[in-house]
Amino acid sequence: MIPRTLAVFAVCFVLWACRPTEEPPSVGGPTAMRRLTGDQYKQAVSDVFGDDIVVAGRFAPDARRKGLVAVGSTWGTMTPASFEQFESMALSIAAQVVGETHRSRLVECQPASSTQPDDECAGRFLRRVGRQLFRRPLTDEEVQARVEIAANSTRSAGDFHAGLEFALASLLMSPDFLFRIERSEADPLETGRMRLTSETVASRLSYFLWNASPDEQLMAAAENGRLLSVEGLGEQVDRMLESPRVAEGMRAFFADVFSFDEFEDVSKDTILYPAFSRKLVEDSQEQTLRVIIDHLIDQRGDYRDLFTTRKSFMTRTLGLVYGVPVATREGWEPFEFSEGSQRSGLHTHVSFMTLHSHPGRSSPTLRGVFLREAILCQEVPAAPADVNFTIVQDTDNPEFKTARARLDAHSTDPTCANCHRIMDPIGLGLDTFDAIGRYRKLENGVPIDTSGDVSGEAFSDTRDLGQVLHDHPAVSACLVEKLYRYGVGRDTVMSERHLLRYLEDRFEDSGYRLHALLRLITLSEAFRTTSGARSVEKDLGQET
Amino acid sequence: MRGFDRRSFLRGALSGAAVTLGLPLLDGFLNVNGTALASGAPLPLRFGTWFWGCGMNPGRWNPKQTGTGYDLGPELQPIADVQQHVSVLSGFNVNLDGRPNHPHRTGVTGTLSGSAPPKPHDVPAPSLDILISDELGAATRFRSLELTCTGSAKHSYSRRAQNVINASEASPLALYTRIFGPGFQDPNAADFVPDPRVMLRQSVISAVKDDRTRLERELGAHDRQRLDDYLTSLRQLERQLELQLSAPPPLEACLPPDAPAEGKGDSEVGHAQETHDLMAKLLVMALACDQTRVFNMLFSYGASDLHLPGSQTGHHQLTHEEQVDAELGYQPRASYFIDRSMEAWASFVDAMASFPEGDGTLLDHSLVMAHSETSFAKIHDVLGLPIMFAGRAGGRMVSGTHVAGGGDPVTRVGLTVQQAMGLSVDRWGSGSMQTNRSISELFA
Repeated sequence: MIPRTLAVFAVCFVLWACRPTEEPPSVGGPTAMRRLTGDQYKQAVSDVFGDDIVVAGRFAPDARRKGLVAVGSTWGTMTPASFEQFESMALSIAAQVVGETHRSRLVECQPASSTQPDDECAGRFLRRVGRQLFRRPLTDEEVQARVEIAANSTRSAGDFHAGLEFALASLLMSPDFLFRIERSEADPLETGRMRLTSETVASRLSYFLWNASPDEQLMAAAENGRLLSVEGLGEQVDRMLESPRVAEGMRAFFADVFSFDEFEDVSKDTILYPAFSRKLVEDSQEQTLRVIIDHLIDQRGDYRDLFTTRKSFMTRTLGLVYGVPVATREGWEPFEFSEGSQRSGLHTHVSFMTLHSHPGRSSPTLRGVFLREAILCQEVPAAPADVNFTIVQDTDNPEFKTARARLDAHSTDPTCANCHRIMDPIGLGLDTFDAIGRYRKLENGVPIDTSGDVSGEAFSDTRDLGQVLHDHPAVSACLVEKLYRYGVGRDTVMSERHLLRYLEDRFEDSGYRLHALLRLITLSEAFRTTSGARSVEKDLGQET
Repeated sequence: MRGFDRRSFLRGALSGAAVTLGLPLLDGFLNVNGTALASGAPLPLRFGTWFWGCGMNPGRWNPKQTGTGYDLGPELQPIADVQQHVSVLSGFNVNLDGRPNHPHRTGVTGTLSGSAPPKPHDVPAPSLDILISDELGAATRFRSLELTCTGSAKHSYSRRAQNVINASEASPLALYTRIFGPGFQDPNAADFVPDPRVMLRQSVISAVKDDRTRLERELGAHDRQRLDDYLTSLRQLERQLELQLSAPPPLEACLPPDAPAEGKGDSEVGHAQETHDLMAKLLVMALACDQTRVFNMLFSYGASDLHLPGSQTGHHQLTHEEQVDAELGYQPRASYFIDRSMEAWASFVDAMASFPEGDGTLLDHSLVMAHSETSFAKIHDVLGLPIMFAGRAGGRMVSGTHVAGGGDPVTRVGLTVQQAMGLSVDRWGSGSMQTNRSISELFA
């Protein structure tokens, strides 16, 4: 393995721009233990018990690391307050599942007596449900512990189903359910190499592609070992990629990359922005995700075209902000902006403009940071402490009427200029959109200049900015990197840089099709290879 | 009245009916000095933090005279009515020791953990409230309660480590349900009937604990640490359940309130004040009912985005962008929010000081530390941080005095807090902030 790495590295070094056609070997990174997000918890309950089971509770906020909750969740722990919530949710879910309304559908057996313990029936139910919740078969010991809870509780409550309720609750409170725990084993094909166990591969695949626990077919392939063969893996990946559930999986991915969870904390001044409402917040996120899924999954389009597309979807609530008529009274209709419209590309959506603004005005700086970090994968340093912001965005200052004028003045300070040169030009390209994404030509009566440049590539307006992003090599490379990190639940390691380069090249060869990239990643050896359990490491730094 | 049993009194008076009465203090519930319960246990001691964002203007906030009866500058005017309960601690610094001053982070992390953080989100040591809840939290249903008035549960400085953050309650209604909803046991209820489900819940926890033990063997050090946090949380719940199996000692001052109105959940300053008052009322009762002894209240967060309706610019933005008014010598629009914050603080102190408990008030048996992440926010200054204490910590502290720190490290404040709360610690902080000098003037 080491000689192969060296050989590829040496050849690439000589040829400089060489494109490996074969996957470069990788030793992988450590396995992950990820805390389920609120959405994943709800999805798991719905998959196992049906969507009429109410999940009522509050989930601890998820933190981002390396731009993703998927990575942050491998740092997330359990605080007393969140465990308290998990217990109360577990009891409420369990009570519904074994309650009179649902038990005939959800509990497969009848006890011999409704007031006495029945270990056989309890065991059967708990073993089946436990396997779905833990994403692996339960050990006999684990089943036995639950059967005992069921029996003891049945004796105390005088009711078989009441007993079962507590046994089920214990599954829902277990770390094996609340965390997705990856496990590794020695790879029999190559000495000294570690691979993920088949059940872990199943879980990784399923959460990556569907944002859900493995379904029965995938679990079966994991348990009979077929998933460990290249063919067996290929069968499952193809099946999963063809499933409509990929749309759910990719919605979760893009919502994570775009920090849509932060909308919970967004508020706007309702005097300045009377059109702002929770409905607008919800519709704007849905619009962005619809455009992405339609383009990438349904149309199998080129990823880069997302930054130039004029195709969209509208509701009446959104129509008011976009200033376009919407015929459909309730719900969605397809919409296409006219040629030459400044509304071309994802980056002009109301969702992003709203999320990356202040409560009372737009922010070229926040928007610039977002595009740099989320779309181009570039890190922007934090502001120094002793900054003089006096001129910046003092919107009442008669000398500086537009955000550009205010930021220009601010950037005469060399300490500030270094960072603002990175953030502002790209964000100023979007300043014709106010804090809720309404189009405007003037600020304080002065025309807004949206020209700028991204790493030396000049653009004249918002539409042009989309074209620059479309053609920027970092944009597609960034998707590859984020998608890979999201799938493996960690930052990429140094030894994976050749792998990423290889994935970027193959992505380009595919015409930037998301399906091709997902297939490449999930079939790669890297995706199922690991360096083993995770030792103490330096925190990547939480982003809030 | 001595030897009179409260429960039999209630039973006789109410015949077991579910009625809550505002009863006058019966001497029988307390010892002769009124400082302890009849059982001999002293009245509980509480600690809390109260935070507001973006500091103050030193020249307008810091008193000039030290000691009792200190002068109130324009920005401390709002506390005039509660001044006798409030000690001002001015002139205490976070020393950077060569580390950068991370805007809106270094000041608060330095104050609460005793070290300037090397990176913005680092938590070099547990926050003060965690140290104290480790000592006091086991006795109550909740180790601590975190509250925020501007809507975001993510806002919290209660941190055991960088990835172990106690999220805040942002909704007064949710806070009410958590404290006084299912699982709440009225300490003054006429009859105590343990809920049979509690024992079944205990058996569930014990099975889950076994899962965790099995799992621990399979994990690397990184994830074992996280599983330890899981165990800590599980033990906390175990403790809560244990408490529910025995009758709580009666607490005269505890009168479970009605469900509150819901807060607006945003950072408009008027809405934050409303939420604050709703939360404060619930918190006071949660303390009186001994549901927790530690709390952290955020009126606003660091880099406060408190704002006025119809304004483009919030408090934090104003601190940086507003010109210092040449005539006034300060930023009038930004300073508006300092005044509102001090008013909220005064109303918080008043809520605790006007709540009778034992021979005094709830505040007498508490210590609350108000603090912010900067002094002069325009330049993110972490020198001369504004800090205030309210309460006498069960008679251990004096109140209503001004101590000038003269540039001493802010860890002296944290060490004082720990000693006042009965922790046996004689040294705290790191680097040049390490200190063994608590603030002796504040001890009674």
